[in-house]
Amino acid sequence: MGYACAMKSATLIQASRLLLCALIAVTAVQAHAAELRIGLSGEVTSLDPQFLAAQPNLTVARHIFESLTDVDPQTRLIPGLAERWRAIDATTWEFNLRRGVKFHDGSPFTAEDAAFSLARPLSIKGSPGGFAAYVRAIASTTVVDTHTLRVKTKYPYGALPEDLNSILIVSKKHALNAGPEDFDSGRALVGTGPYKYLRYQRGDRLELTRHEQWWGKAPAWDKVTLRIVPADPSRTAALLAGELDAIEHVPSADIKNVNKNNKLNVTQTTSWRTILLHLDQYRTQPPGVSDLNGKPLAANPFMDLRVRRAISKAINRTAIAERVMEGLAVPAANIVSPGVFGYNSALKAEPYDAEGAKRLLAEAGYPHGFRVTLAGPNNRYINDEQVLQTVAQLLTRVGIQTRVEAAPMSAFLGRVRKEETSFALLGWGSFAADLSLRSLVAAPNADKGYGAWNWGRYANPKVEALMEQALGSVDRTKREALAREAGTLAMQDLAFIPLHHQVVSWAMRANLNYVPRTDEFTFAHHFTPR
Amino acid sequence: MTYVLRRLAWSLATLLVMSLLVFAGVYAIGNPVDLLINPQADQAEIARATALLGLDRPLWEQYWRFFRGALGGDLGISFAASVPAITLILERMPATLELALTAMLIAVTLGIPLGLLAGLRPRSWLARSIMALSTVGFALPTFWVGLMLIMVFSVQLGWLPTTGRGTTVDVFGIPLSMFTVDGLRHLLLPATTLALFKLALLIRLTRAGTQDAMLQDYVRYARAKGLSESAVVRSHVLPNILIPIVTVAGLELGSLIAFAIVTETVFAWPGMGKLLIDSINVLDRPVIVAYLLATVCLFILINLLVDLLYAVLDPRVKSGTT
Repeated sequence: MGYACAMKSATLIQASRLLLCALIAVTAVQAHAAELRIGLSGEVTSLDPQFLAAQPNLTVARHIFESLTDVDPQTRLIPGLAERWRAIDATTWEFNLRRGVKFHDGSPFTAEDAAFSLARPLSIKGSPGGFAAYVRAIASTTVVDTHTLRVKTKYPYGALPEDLNSILIVSKKHALNAGPEDFDSGRALVGTGPYKYLRYQRGDRLELTRHEQWWGKAPAWDKVTLRIVPADPSRTAALLAGELDAIEHVPSADIKNVNKNNKLNVTQTTSWRTILLHLDQYRTQPPGVSDLNGKPLAANPFMDLRVRRAISKAINRTAIAERVMEGLAVPAANIVSPGVFGYNSALKAEPYDAEGAKRLLAEAGYPHGFRVTLAGPNNRYINDEQVLQTVAQLLTRVGIQTRVEAAPMSAFLGRVRKEETSFALLGWGSFAADLSLRSLVAAPNADKGYGAWNWGRYANPKVEALMEQALGSVDRTKREALAREAGTLAMQDLAFIPLHHQVVSWAMRANLNYVPRTDEFTFAHHFTPR
Repeated sequence: MTYVLRRLAWSLATLLVMSLLVFAGVYAIGNPVDLLINPQADQAEIARATALLGLDRPLWEQYWRFFRGALGGDLGISFAASVPAITLILERMPATLELALTAMLIAVTLGIPLGLLAGLRPRSWLARSIMALSTVGFALPTFWVGLMLIMVFSVQLGWLPTTGRGTTVDVFGIPLSMFTVDGLRHLLLPATTLALFKLALLIRLTRAGTQDAMLQDYVRYARAKGLSESAVVRSHVLPNILIPIVTVAGLELGSLIAFAIVTETVFAWPGMGKLLIDSINVLDRPVIVAYLLATVCLFILINLLVDLLYAVLDPRVKSGTT
């Protein structure tokens, strides 16, 4: 759910800036009758929709397959293959499936297919998976009749409809004995979605044709080509040259110029991805933290709320959003993005206040500051390394001498897992505040599946109790109120330092439109002619 | 014969050391599951996937498993794609091979004549401009050249496509794009980008060789015999300077195939280099190991071919005794 796979390299971005400044005006735009060619930024590893829960794979899969529950562009739940669902009691959910839905081979979609699909993720051989977390709450599924599915959960669990959005429904007939090669060759690639498999060239493109029997409003395009172009400047160039009709993840260096080009249209919205800084709150001597002479400190400064507040005040979020991110960010104060379930609009981003930060540091017993090392990826989030450098400079300005250690995500994550970092940058996207809290803020607990990404091991029983109440509540209004309260509490205590919510953007021919999606997904069937 | 055997033994040792290094290296960096898996995954799910891929075993055991498989020709299954690593590589190989060969063809067919020209009349303005071109070819970084070519020929002039591979036709079951017009149009820019550095190299090499050869006694005798200048160049200069050129071109072909990575990334060319980058990004170890092993084999093969070519070019060299 949460990874942007746009591969960036600072040099390539700089080169693309040159490229576009010079040539932004010249574009050959050709109109292709009812064909849409989209440039995607992430590498697709497998066409099996349940093999690997990575955004590029799911982007492609969601053209062919659908899930029981769907989400609208603002991440709010809407009906998918299930028309309605309700909790019969605290641990039983009933899903009423849509009637008259046909798979690409013409066979009808039934509750059998749904039950099969919910059980399948855990049975795929050799799959690094990622889907098990979405079905771990399920105790059993019962097919009541051809269009009614009952799901029993192990414990009261309100987020089941959100979780089931990530499980795509396959055809039992075709997927039962299919291996990955059957999906990549298209044989088992039979879904209910708006598009059907036509041709696939791994690492290059997937071609699709419209599923004429689709239950939804027929998309405008007979044929869709999804091209995989991870290099940012090349993706923009292909759009400018008229070879692509639309691209996702417009590089921040190009966005201003693309915006000025009247042959192109840009749509953007605040993404669900929140960029944050985790702080070590469990070791007395966290690695990389010392006094100004390099000697260990008596206590872990991050455990002091005043220090965490000082760090938050020392960061000029507006400057980062406007200059470093070139407008592709919104200063953050919440655990989830605006509009996402559990967002609290009353929380305002901490204003920049260097003097206040210095005062708080002095109060906490560090009048001259201390030394820290800030770690983070340099190829994962928008301008991630520049953000790290800026934060380091801002902190150094108030006395916290900060050294940056940026590395590719693979190396960075390896260090985090070995607990070699104490102050680290992470990006996170989620449908709901309580789900975010479960991964990022709840104390790590392998049995319950809590805190898998709570690198700083922040622990707050009050937040956790509220979060558990929220997750256990099948009444959505009640659940949202609880999730909001828990999230607010965690943020007031600065469980981590929120930096900004990323802005996600699409660029397309001027005669096209796309409703920008908070979850960053790019769907051909949501592009419309203007 | 002993020479061939010795060489084979060395090659196998190289393969072994290489695979060990890559194994240890990837192991030291981190767990591929952390990178591949959806962040919402909890600890149990991460542990489950790690165990499923055999990554929870000690390093020596993982290596031993790989080693046993490799002896039987099984280089493991890609973590990210669940397809045998070698299948992924072979699937991408035709794209890279045709890109590298086309680049080499461009470099050789332009480089040798231009180098000769520059070497024969080193003071002419033509020679000077050829040398300037070669300096530029050396100096410019590949990705920049690629982007500039895209910018001029695709975006501004609209003559050629920006990225991707064109229509392919099957030649003996191998999908190749160099036999279709669309394919050639897609091939031209990346091949030129890739060729530029090699072109510069070949120009310099040929020019130096030519200048050197022109001062030799055999050239003087050939002229004294009354041979025309073009005959001197054709039958005396060229054969003598070709040996170092063939060596370098051979080795460079290997590096073109193995390291076309930047060009493939800029042009979204679905070749092996792009596969390697993607695999490194997610620590897809089976693919990284298989790729490097395949590369080593390729180098060994090319070196062997170069040796054989020597024998053809120079009667004094007998294959097998060098």
